[in-house]
Amino acid sequence: MLLIACPYCGNRPEIEFSYGGEAHRVRAAQPALLDDQAWTDFLYMRSNTKGVYAERWRHARGCGRYFNALRETTTDHFLAFYKTGEPRPPLDSLTEAAREAGGPGTAGNTGGET
Amino acid sequence: MRRQSFSALALIRGALSAHRGWQPQWRKPEPKPSYDAVIVGGGGHGLGAAYYLAQEHGLTNIAVLEKGWIGGGNTGRNTTIIRSNYLFNESAALYDHSLKLWEDLSQVLNYNVMFSPRGVMMLAHTVHDIQVSKRHIHANRCNSVDNEWLEPKQAKEFCPPLNIQDNIRYPVLGAALQRRGGTARHDAIAWGYARAADALGVDIIENCEVTGIKLAANGAVEALETTRGLIRSRKVGVSAAGSTSVVMGLASIRLPLESFPLQALVSEPIKPIFPCVVMSNTIHAYVSQSDKGELVIGAGTDAYTSYTQRGALHINSHTLDAICELFPQFRRLRMMRNWGGIVDVTPDRSPIIAKTRIPGLYVNCGWGTGGFKATPGSAHVFAWTIARDEPHPINAPFTIERFRDGYLIDEAAAAAVAH
Repeated sequence: MLLIACPYCGNRPEIEFSYGGEAHRVRAAQPALLDDQAWTDFLYMRSNTKGVYAERWRHARGCGRYFNALRETTTDHFLAFYKTGEPRPPLDSLTEAAREAGGPGTAGNTGGET
Repeated sequence: MRRQSFSALALIRGALSAHRGWQPQWRKPEPKPSYDAVIVGGGGHGLGAAYYLAQEHGLTNIAVLEKGWIGGGNTGRNTTIIRSNYLFNESAALYDHSLKLWEDLSQVLNYNVMFSPRGVMMLAHTVHDIQVSKRHIHANRCNSVDNEWLEPKQAKEFCPPLNIQDNIRYPVLGAALQRRGGTARHDAIAWGYARAADALGVDIIENCEVTGIKLAANGAVEALETTRGLIRSRKVGVSAAGSTSVVMGLASIRLPLESFPLQALVSEPIKPIFPCVVMSNTIHAYVSQSDKGELVIGAGTDAYTSYTQRGALHINSHTLDAICELFPQFRRLRMMRNWGGIVDVTPDRSPIIAKTRIPGLYVNCGWGTGGFKATPGSAHVFAWTIARDEPHPINAPFTIERFRDGYLIDEAAAAAVAH
């Protein structure tokens, strides 16, 4: 079970959370203006990254709020938690910090974030 | 290469010679610089596609590239349930095509895949379950797929360990039974297809990861960069399950896939007690007994995407709660092993077996949590699609474009759970 640090409540077990899928996907202000392919991309296509993935979690059985996390999907180690609306933390500093802490690096990853 | 044939006589002969005469069942060739077609992914679906390409379409200069070892992914990690009682016409056609291929596959491949049509019984625990089950039964019958309704007593007759008392949280109110469904031996399907494909000249190349997809000036597939060198081919079929997004990403193709861990576990081996397969979608349990005597139990997917091939304990624990309630006599059984596989899930829980926008690049993915049962049928129609550059009528609806065009085959809503 994952230990997830809600930015509002601190460390909590995974069973308190629900998963919200890929983060930083922005719904178009006027979806009707999108062509079919762009709308399909928004609705269905996912990066499904093998490597560092930005994803949403909701503290469903806690404060109820959504937030974002960076997780290495080849190890399931979290690299960062941040509030919705905040920019995605730069990868370089995180992997550096993780390496210093003896945590997971990113060596051997193949999929890139698009 | 002349192949030893398996038969009762061969077994007796082997026994008399202390089993010293058995040969390797397939070669371990070095990759050639070029092939007529290459399959990426050496699971059952990929090896089967190579076999049918060689057997039915005469393409014998082909290779299967496998990052690890064949059958080491989801083919070797699933709970081997085989059934075809899907709701929609498109799904019923695809899965029943597969079930029919399973029925004589051991004879066709001369390799015992241990297909055992012992019956798959899906339990109903609520009024809604009963309605959905009966709707499935009627829909299946319209598609000539066998499925029948059992009252609780009949369900217990079919599966004596089942607890049908009404004092449990979700009492058994009935069940839908597909008698033609059952199980098979997971490794045997990979090995059987590998052996049969190899005999037809297919090169099976393990420890060979694809690291790049090279396109020609006209935009068509030209070659694959791999950890064992450049391999040219104008036809590439990707059958890489949980890693499909990664492989197709090499050609900048985005797919409607998310890869989740799916876990399974087995108990210590016990004497034969469990005669069929029992599934419960509502309280999420499925169980059968292997020929070794272990209870084979399927858990659910974890909540998050991952490539780790492992999941969290609470997922297994949840499934065991349900198993113990349905089969109280199993409460004192010890679980022996658990493991995970990475399953590629589409939004409508139906697969994609299709051409892509890149000429010569084909993809077979999205089998999610239920691909094992479909192995022969999937491989068969994928081979057709690659050989003829057009889908077989059975997989024609299973395109990538269905998400754009709104023709979803929404088994997700039909089953309401992973299936």
